[in-house]
Amino acid sequence: MSLKLKALKRSIWLFHFNGGSCNNCDIEIVDCLTPRYDLERFGIKLVGSVRHADVLVVTGFVSRQSAPRLKRIYEQAAKPIFVVAVGTCACSGGIFASSYNMAGPVDRIIPVHAYIPGCPPKPEAIIMGVVKLLSTLK
Amino acid sequence: MNILSNWLFKLVVFPGLIFTAVVGMFASWFDRKLTARVQWRVGPPLFQPLYDFVKLLAKETIIPKKTFTTFILAPIMSLVSIVIVSVIIWEAMLWHSGFVGDLIVTLYFLTIPSIAIIVGGAASMNPLASLGVSREIKLMLGYELPFIMAMFVPVIRAGGTIKLTELLSYEWTNGLFIGSWSGAIAFACALACMQAKLAYIPFDLPEAETEINAGVFLEYSGAPLGIFKLSRWMLLFVLPMFIVFMFMGGIKFEGLHTLWGILKYIMLLGFVVLVKVTNPRIRIDQAMKFFWWGVTPFAIIAVILAFLGL
Repeated sequence: MSLKLKALKRSIWLFHFNGGSCNNCDIEIVDCLTPRYDLERFGIKLVGSVRHADVLVVTGFVSRQSAPRLKRIYEQAAKPIFVVAVGTCACSGGIFASSYNMAGPVDRIIPVHAYIPGCPPKPEAIIMGVVKLLSTLK
Repeated sequence: MNILSNWLFKLVVFPGLIFTAVVGMFASWFDRKLTARVQWRVGPPLFQPLYDFVKLLAKETIIPKKTFTTFILAPIMSLVSIVIVSVIIWEAMLWHSGFVGDLIVTLYFLTIPSIAIIVGGAASMNPLASLGVSREIKLMLGYELPFIMAMFVPVIRAGGTIKLTELLSYEWTNGLFIGSWSGAIAFACALACMQAKLAYIPFDLPEAETEINAGVFLEYSGAPLGIFKLSRWMLLFVLPMFIVFMFMGGIKFEGLHTLWGILKYIMLLGFVVLVKVTNPRIRIDQAMKFFWWGVTPFAIIAVILAFLGL
C-alpha cells in the first residue's frame, strides 16, 4: 500500500451537506463524533469548508432547491472526493420518493460511493459504512 | 562554502525546518489528544498530524483565478518566517550566538504568520474569508501592542539589551524574570497575547469553523493548505518556546536542566490547550475590549514597575 493511500485512509475529513433532510440523520452523524463513538480516534473529523474535505456526507432526499447547490459543492471539492449517502431518503428517496419537490435521490445528481440506509441509521451503521468505503480504496 | 553549508544545515535540518516541523507535529498531537481527554474521548493516534499533512500534499490544489502568486506565496511566507524565528531562538539557546537586535527581528518575524493569513485570506476572494481577514486585522490591532510591551519588561530589567543571548545569560545569573512583580505581570499579558497569536479559542475568530466555515483558510486546498496547517503547528511550538525563553530562562542544556526546560514548554502548551477547551469563542468587539482595556493597562503597569526595578 502506498504512503499516499495510507495517509488518506488514516485522515478522512468530512464535509456535511443537508439536502432537505429532517435533521435526524444529521444528529446521528454528529453522534459519531461524541465521546461514545469518537471518530477522531481514526483521524476522522468534520471540517467547515468543502475544499478541505475527503468525504462529502449527504443527508436527505435532495430537494429541487438544493440539487444545483449539491452539484456545485461537489464540483468545488478538491479531488479525490468520496460521496456517502446517509439515510433512506438519500439512498432512495424514502417516503418522499413520489414528492413533487424531489430532485434526488443523491445518485441521480452526483456519483455516490457508499450508501448507508436507515431512518436514521445508527452511528454504528455509519461507522461501518465508512469502514467499508475505506476498504474498497486501492 | 563551509559556512554556507553550515547555515543551510541549520535552516533546513536541525533547529530549522525539519526539527521544528517534527516537534510542531508532536505539539499538535499533544493539543488534540489533551483536548480529547478533557472531553472524555480517546483522541487521535500519535502520527495523526503526519497523516493529515501527507494526505493534504497528495490532494488536488485548487487556485482562484488571477491571484496565483499571493495565494501560493502566503503559506510559504508563514512557514519561512517561523523557521527563521526557530533558528534564531535555538541558536541563542544552544550555541549562545546571535547578533545585536535579534530580539526585534524575532518580534517582527512573529507577526508575519498573521500577515500571511491576512494576505492569503484576502487573495482567496471569498466573502467569508474576507470576513475572517477583517477579524484577524482587528485582532492584530488588539494584541500586538501589549505583546511588544510585555517583551519590553525583560529588556528593561536586563539593562536595555536587545540581544537574546545577553537576556538569557542575565536570567541565568540574576534569577528568572517571571520571579519579579513586573515579570510576572508581563508574563500573564504575554500568555493572553499568545492565545490570540495562535488564533486559539477564545480568540479563534479568524477561522471560526461554525460561523464562517474556516474563514481565512476556506479556499485553500491540497498542498498550500497543508503548508498553512504545518506552519500553524510549528507556531504552536515556536511561540510558547519564545515565551519560555523570554520569561522562564529557556532550556539550559546541562544534565537535568534540559528536562526541566522541556517540562516548562510542555506546561505552557498544556495551559494553552486547557484555556482552549474550557472557554467559548468571544465576539470580535469583546476581544478588542479585552486587549485594549484589559491587557494593555497591565502591560503598561508592568513596564513602569520594571523601570522602578521591581
